[in-house]
This record gives sequence, structure tokens and C-alpha cells, in this order.
Amino acid sequence: MAHNGESKPKFAMYWAASCGGCEIAVLNTHELILEVDANFDVVFWPVAMDAKYHDVEAMDDGSITLCLFNGAIRNDENEEMAHLLRRKSQLLVAFGSCASEGCIPGLANLYSKQTMLDTAFSTITTDNPGAVRPIIAYDMPEGRIEILRTLDQVVKVDYSMPGCPPESHQIAAVVRLVIDALHGNAALPPRGAVIGAGDSTVCDECRRTRSEKTITEFRRMATFQPDPVQCLLEQGILCSGMATRSGCDARCPSANMPCIGCYGPAAGVVDQGARMMSAVASVIGGNDPKEIRAIMRGIADPAGTFYRFSLPSSLLRHAKV
Amino acid sequence: MIPANSDDVRIGVYVCQCGSNIGSVVDCEGVAAWAGENLPHVAVARENKFMCSSLGQEMIEKDIRELGLNRVVVAACSPHLHEATFRGACQRAGLNPFLFDMVSIREQVSWVNTDKGIATEKAKALISGGVRRVAHNEPLDPITVKIDPNVLVVGGGIAGIQAALEIADAGYHVYLVEREPSLGGHMAQFDKTFPTLDCSACILTPKMFTAGNHKNITLLTYSEVEKVDGYIGNFTVRIRQKARKLNTATCTGCGLCEEKCPKKVIDDVFEAGLGYRKAIYRPFPQAVPKYPVIDTENCTYFQRGTCKVCQKFCPTGAIDFGQEDEVLTVNVGNIILATGFDLFDCRRIPQYGYGRLANVFTSLEFERLSNAAGPTGGKVVLRDGVSVPQTVCIVHCAGSRDRNYNKYCSAICCMQSLKFAHLVKERTGARVYNCYIDIRTPAKAYDEFYQHIIEEGIIFVRGKVAEVTDAVRLAGEEGKLIVQVEDTLVGKQRRIPVDMVILSAGLEPRYDAKEVGKLFGISCSMDGWFIERHPKLDPVATMTDGIFIAGSCQGPKDIPAAVAQGAAAAARVQGLISRREITLEPVRAQVDEAKCSGCRICNTMCPFNAISFRADPTRPGGGVTEINPALCQGCGTCVAACPAGAIRGTHFTDEQIMAQIEGVLLRNPAREHAVEKEAVYA
Ligand SMILES: Cc1cc2nc3c(=O)[nH]c(=O)nc-3n(C[C@H](O)[C@H](O)[C@H](O)COP(=O)(O)OP(=O)(O)OC[C@H]3O[C@@H](n4cnc5c(N)ncnc54)[C@H](O)[C@@H]3O)c2cc1C
Ligand code: SF4
Ligand code: SF4
Ligand code: SF4
Ligand code: SF4
Repeated sequence: MAHNGESKPKFAMYWAASCGGCEIAVLNTHELILEVDANFDVVFWPVAMDAKYHDVEAMDDGSITLCLFNGAIRNDENEEMAHLLRRKSQLLVAFGSCASEGCIPGLANLYSKQTMLDTAFSTITTDNPGAVRPIIAYDMPEGRIEILRTLDQVVKVDYSMPGCPPESHQIAAVVRLVIDALHGNAALPPRGAVIGAGDSTVCDECRRTRSEKTITEFRRMATFQPDPVQCLLEQGILCSGMATRSGCDARCPSANMPCIGCYGPAAGVVDQGARMMSAVASVIGGNDPKEIRAIMRGIADPAGTFYRFSLPSSLLRHAKV
Repeated sequence: MIPANSDDVRIGVYVCQCGSNIGSVVDCEGVAAWAGENLPHVAVARENKFMCSSLGQEMIEKDIRELGLNRVVVAACSPHLHEATFRGACQRAGLNPFLFDMVSIREQVSWVNTDKGIATEKAKALISGGVRRVAHNEPLDPITVKIDPNVLVVGGGIAGIQAALEIADAGYHVYLVEREPSLGGHMAQFDKTFPTLDCSACILTPKMFTAGNHKNITLLTYSEVEKVDGYIGNFTVRIRQKARKLNTATCTGCGLCEEKCPKKVIDDVFEAGLGYRKAIYRPFPQAVPKYPVIDTENCTYFQRGTCKVCQKFCPTGAIDFGQEDEVLTVNVGNIILATGFDLFDCRRIPQYGYGRLANVFTSLEFERLSNAAGPTGGKVVLRDGVSVPQTVCIVHCAGSRDRNYNKYCSAICCMQSLKFAHLVKERTGARVYNCYIDIRTPAKAYDEFYQHIIEEGIIFVRGKVAEVTDAVRLAGEEGKLIVQVEDTLVGKQRRIPVDMVILSAGLEPRYDAKEVGKLFGISCSMDGWFIERHPKLDPVATMTDGIFIAGSCQGPKDIPAAVAQGAAAAARVQGLISRREITLEPVRAQVDEAKCSGCRICNTMCPFNAISFRADPTRPGGGVTEINPALCQGCGTCVAACPAGAIRGTHFTDEQIMAQIEGVLLRNPAREHAVEKEAVYA
């Protein structure tokens, strides 16, 4: 990594279509933030400091050493910033689930833009007396609402870091690694790699006991208190741990909650949702189609369950609407 | 191994016309030229009239040698037919046969499309898929396995007996497993057999006896297979031999116990419900083996705790009430299933009155009625056991050729009905009607038999019987069964009053055929019969190597055909045994232990029981899944099930499948533009 030691390397963080949780997760690294500050010049981070787009435009190409880009690409503004930060950065990291897999905002890809806006702007809590709506076809740079894409569907990214949000200890490890690499004390992983995560699955980090599975009924967390020792899936809870990349230390299953899949597909897997579906289908009990259908009806919101975090990066990407 | 996207990948594409089979619908020349110009890594693309001919194969070999091809795609018929042919050509030219891919443009294109334009575009798309896939193919080495010369035959009807005898006579050991207490199957229930009317017992008994006493046959009657593990050449089979409750080492088969046993039971199996047997019984006097069994559900001692009459009278003290089932495990290399058929249940056609109208009989009941060793000593009488019928109607196709029951023709019922007509006439002199839809007598000496029966004065009415009733409408119908039928040759409805009706019930798959098929890893057709590998060219093999089928478990057939299949299956098995070892496709699943979390999703999935779980307390999941490559058949079930992507299907890897899909969709980044211009499926 090119670093001449005169000026500090530059750090940027940006949010596109996202919730802001990724930023909090970075701040949640506590005193590591000080290390970031000690080792980097923070040149652009809208959530933490004031800066304008034209400040970024004025920077030299490739002058940002590390840019953590969170959020997916929903509209032209997001897309323009993706291209701009790509140009300005040496290491562009698709940071968090939205940027790397599409995440919750990506589920809107199941609907038309119109339906999505209707839904988003007419919830019970929406206070919108004038019924103001974004105009879909308004052709201003900020205006056009697109099928949601992941960052790497728009620009080439150097690394992806999954998680909704990425675990703070993983962020810390990644930042340390980059710092060490800058000082010539460590080698960066090959470009294109997934960083800040494991290579196996959440099940691999989960301590619950498991046996051969047959599911005869799906159950929801709200309706009972699951056994704290037995594999949740065996108790009829749709736990995505088996199809989800490791790295979180199986946080949710350890807290008696099912893994919901935020770390994305396991290494080498293209489609997390499809994997999850075929796995679950494989262990549904019963031979009679009627019985099987009855069991399957226990799966509330299959698309949102199996593709909760990965629809835009899956083989499906979006519905044809 | 050359990486898939390396420039060193050199693919040869060969498009076959298959005479006019493909050539008349697909523009083969155009497709070949297109592939040469547009698909990545294609070093040569040719078309030929018959790729499977020696000339076609030599062309591939020559190109491999001279043009340095390292991948080959043939677009032709189907892998089922000619994959082995072209793999052979690659191998002869020194190319690993698994660097070949076959694209079906006959079965999947020319035979199912009439529009030349669409067919040609579809052929391009499929070839594009094959080319992109083959780039990812890896050289594989076939797996060699030894063939255990022992053979298992399941089902001791005539088909199974024949198969067992052929193999045993050839010097190999056979385990012959029969569910009932005796060999014989349905044939043992008949008196005479068409078309020669020779005595069934006379021709069957010697075969049963030979099978029962052959030094190379272990006869396991009153037994069933419980579990099958393994693969061709090396099956391990668990067999449960039900307790006969007597010691066969001391029983002489004198039959005294049977005679003295006070408990009579209606014999629903052998006597088709027409006669009785005892609680300790042999199904029929010539049973092989000669030992009786105690039917514990009906035996007074087992039900009430007292009796033991049989034990008292047995001269050799053979009765053993405490005897338990025996479970034995045998190793065999090949398995022949000859589990036969079940008779259609005529109660399912309520308008024919079986079970409600006493003098409506099924075909099997009539067989027992007319059998010299049957409950009436061969006298054809009504249900009351004494009255001799004056008029008899034989109803063909009961439950066959009828979309409400079975659509197929049961093949034997016409001939069997003609046999019945003859026997009724011979034994009673009654007036006999045969109501038929069509008469089907295609085999050797069958139509002659039909003509002979016509000459005997049997009355034939062409029409499907609508109803059998005892509701009197016309004079002369009192006390009779009335057969309502449209005589389609005369074009009018008839009501035929008769004393006895015989329903020629159809043949159906065994009630448990599906489960038995599953046990042995083979499947059933829509109708429920075991499926053969090829209906014409491979009628006794199945899709599972080492499992063969013979006789009426494969579909309705008569004795000559069942015997021929038994012998054919035996010949196939002997051929395999004499090869001593065979090579298997190296298409297998492999677990990447580093990725396996031990979630155990896959553990119950494998239809071939190849998956096991190895406990390992050092792993968070408590262990890791293993696949036995010798048992795995490469079906891919577990590969699809594993959520972690930890299982890789050799020769069907994700990369290969995704590349093929992208190719079929004609997404071709290398020459996107050229392809897109051509594409209709883009
Ligand atoms: C009424 C009637 C009359 C017929 N008359 C004639 C005729 O005259 N001439 C003629 O050529 N054909 C005739 N047929 C046809 C003839 O019955 C069949 O062709 C012949 O029986 C087929 O023999 P198979 O060995 O295939 O089956 P089956 O005779 O059915 O024998 C199968 C055997 O397998 C055993 N078995 C089944 N399942 C298992 C299992 N899971 N484990 C172990 N054992 C098992 C059964 O107990 C049985 O012993 C007639 C058929 C019927 C119904
Ligand atoms: S499915 Fe969930 S609960 Fe079960 S082992 Fe995997 S992570 Fe743990
Ligand atoms: S003990 Fe059972 S089999 Fe023996 S004679 Fe009595 S009823 Fe018959
Ligand atoms: S691919 Fe998997 S499921 Fe299929 S035979 Fe092999 S181990 Fe069994
Ligand atoms: S499904 Fe995959 S991860 Fe789970 S036990 Fe089987 S091989 Fe291992």
C-alpha cells in the first residue's frame, strides 16, 4: 500500500440507501475511533462532520486511502456518489449488508416503484396531510427511484464486509488490519474478498445441540419460549444460521433468538435465500402433499424470511413488475 | 487442469444431423458456423450427418490430436443414448472422457419443435450452455468396484423362480426371498394355464422343488427384505425371516399338526377367500418348503394361552411356540425384483355387485373353484357350494381399460376369460357368455385358442358390461343375476339373466410397490409398475445399477413373458458377475469439512444411505458430515439441501451449472454484441 509517511492516509465513510446503523456500529468501536483519528485524516463522513460533495470532487483521484461505503444504490444520487467515491478511493469497501447484499431496503425490489411509494408514504404513522409523494420520473439527478442495487452492481469494489450492521469487533479488526498494512506489518487479503467475517456459517459458531431434523410445525418466537440448548430450527423456528456466513459469534442464537441471516450467504454460495429454502424444504416432515402444505403455511412471509438481506444480490434480484 | 477462462481452453463443437431426425428441423450447418464464430474458446465447430458413426467419432479423435482440443461438445441425440459413445471417442484420443459434454438437440429440440427458426435458435442456446459448461469440466477418474457374485432374488413367483434357477445353474449363489410361506406366486393357484391348458401344478411343482433343493439356492420363505445398503456389486441386505413357530430341522412335513389343529381360518390369500385353512398351515399340499407355519393371529394358543394340540400330535416335537423372528444380513452384488402383481379389487366397481351379490366371482376365486385341489375339488358350483350354474357370464376388462380405474390393458384377462369359458363349459355344460370390449390374443397360439373356444359354442357379446344386478324387470329374470350390456355389434341393449358372473379382474401393481421400490432405490410409473431402464432396449434393467426387475412387477404379463423376463434378468446379472469388476461414474458428492457446520440438514436426505455424521466434540456443531463415495450415486439431493454450500457435486458443480444457465440464456460477456444480435432468448 502506497503511503509515504508525510501526510496521514485519508479516511471516508458514506451512506447511501441505508438506515444509519452502520455508522453507529463504527462509533460503537469505542476507543478504536481514536486510533482511526490517530492514523487517518477523516476527509469525508457526512454523519460526523460537515463536507460538501464538491469538496470530494476537488480531491485528487485515488487520494482517499480507505472508504467505507454503506447503504445500497437506490437512486441517481446514490449512484453518482458511488462512482465519485470509487474514483477518489484506493480501497472501496462495500460496508454492511445494504451495500454488499441489498438488505431490508432491497426487499422493495419485490414491488413496483409505485407500490413501494404508496406503502412508504401511507403508513399509519405517516404525517403527510398534503399527500406529497416523490415523483418517480422526475429527471433530476437526485430524483429517479431505481431498482435497488448493491454497490458492486454499480462500481467495482475492493472488499465487502457483511452484517446488519457489521459487528464492532469485526470493524475493529478490519481497521487494525488496514492500519497494520499501511505500516507494512500485514498483507491485505486479495481484492474482491469478503472481510470482517468468517468462511463458514453461523451454525458453525452456534453452540446449540443438533440432531437429524424433521420439522412438523413452524413456530414463531412470540408464541413460546424456545429451549435454550436445542437447535432452534429443530424447535420449528426458522433460524437462518445454517445458510448465513459466520462472523457474528452466533449472537442471535446465543440470545435465544433465531439467526435472521444478516451476514449474507456462506462463502462460495450464490443465493442465500435459495439455499435456505432448499434446506428447509429438505427437512419438512410428512409425505402427504396436504399435510406438507399445512406445515408450509406456518412460514410467515417466505420472501421476507428467506431473502430478508439478500434479494438484490440473489439470482432473483427483483420481481418483474 | 486448465482454468475455465484461460485462453488455453480449446473446445471442439460437433453438431449432428441424425439423418433427418435433427437436420430436417434444425439448420445444423448454420448452428455450427454460429458456434464457431460466437462462442468463447471454440477452436473448431463442425456438422455431420451421423456423429455416432465411425466416421463421426474418428473426426472427433482426429481433431483432438491435430487441433489440440482439450474439451469436446457434441450436440446430438441424448446422453442416455450416446454419451458413452462420444466419451469413448475422447478417451481413444487421449482426452479424459469427462472433458466432454453432450447437448441434446434431438429429444429436446427437433422432436419437440416444428418451427425451424425457433428450433435453430433453441439449439444455439443449448449449445452455448454446453460450451460454457464444458470449460469448467474437470478430468475425473472412473471408480472401479468388485462384483460380489452372490445374487438376491426377491419374490418367488414363476419369474423369480426362473431367475433364481438360471443363476444357480450357472454356478452362482442365490438368496431367494419370498414373503409367503411357500414359493409359487399366483401360478400356484391356477388349475390350467392358457393357451395349452396344461396343468399349472404339473409344470410349476418341479421348478419349485428344484429351487427349494438347489445347492446354490438359499431359500428364505416367510421372509422379507427390511433394508438395503450399498450399490452395484456390493449390496448389504437385511432380511427378516418370520418365525414359523416350528423347527424346520426336525419337522418332516407330515402334516399331522395341520390335520389335528382345531382352528379353522378363512384363507384369503391362497384360496382367495373361498376356502379354509388351519391356524397351522401350508398354503397348498405341494408347498415348497414343505414346512407349515403357525398364524399367530389366529392360533388359539397365541390368542388365549391354551391348546397346543399341534405340539401334542407332532411326532418329532418340531413345534416351538417360543421361536422368534430371525434377522440375517447377506452380501450380494446384484438384486432381481420379481414381486408380481395384486388383483384389482372388484369391490371398487359397485355396479358389478362383487361382495354384495353372492354369485359374482372374481377371476382368482374361479381359479380356486375350478382347481382340482381347491375347496370344491374342481367342481364349478355357486356360492352355496352345491348348485351347478346353467348360465354363466364372464365379464372382461373389470377394472382395466377404464379411466375410472386403470387405463391400461391387463394383457392376460382376455386369454384367461377364454380359458374360464372353456373350463365352465367342460365342467358344467352351462351356456357361457363372454362380454368383451376387444379380444386381444396376439401371442403365439393365442388366437388359435380363441377360435377353438368359439367353436366350442361360447357366446361372445361385444360390449362393456354396464351393470350386474338382481333387480328383476322382465319375466325369466327371477332368481337370476342380470347382466346389463350394450351389444355394440347389434347396436342394442341386452339384459342377460345368468346364474353366475365371473369378473376378469385386472392386474395391479402390488399394494406396497412404491415402498418396495423405495427400499431398493427404483421408481414406479404413473400406474405404479416398476420402471425399466428402457421400454424397448432395456426391459429388465432399472435406472439403479445392479437392480433388475422381472415378471409382472414391471407390468401385466402372462407366464411365458414372466419366465422370459426372469431368464433375461438372470442373464444380465450373470454378465455382470463374469466381468468381476465394473467401473462407476465418478459423479459423487464431497463434503468440504471446513465448511460443514454439522447442522445435520443433509443427514436424512440420501436415498442411498451414503451420508453419516461423525461425532467430533472439538467442533461447535458436535461433529461433521461424511459421504461414503462408494455408496453415493451422485444424485445431488444433499448438494441442493446443504445450506452452507459445503457439499460439492462432482461434475455438477455450481460453476458448471451456473455457466450452463448463463450460456443457455446466451449471456456471453466475451462476445456479447455478436450474440445479442442473434439472440431470441436474451
Ligand atoms: C386369474 C388369473 C389367471 C391367470 N391365468 C394365466 C394362464 O392361464 N396362463 C398364463 O400364462 N398366465 C396367467 N395369468 C398370469 C400369471 O398369473 C402371471 O403371468 C404370473 O403369475 C406372473 O408371475 P410373477 O412371478 O411375475 O408374479 P407373481 O405370481 O405375482 O409372484 C410374485 C411373488 O412375489 C412374492 N412377493 C411379492 N412382494 C414381495 C416382497 N416384497 N418380498 C418377498 N416376496 C414378495 C409374492 O408373494 C409372490 O409369491 C393369470 C393371472 C390371473 C390373475
Ligand atoms: S440453525 Fe440456528 S439454532 Fe440451529 S445450529 Fe444453526 S444457528 Fe444454531
Ligand atoms: S396351538 Fe395353534 S396351531 Fe397348534 S393346534 Fe392349536 S390352534 Fe392350531
Ligand atoms: S449426492 Fe448426496 S444425497 Fe445423493 S447419493 Fe450422493 S451423498 Fe447421497
Ligand atoms: S447440510 Fe451441509 S453444513 Fe449441514 S451437516 Fe450437511 S454438509 Fe454439513
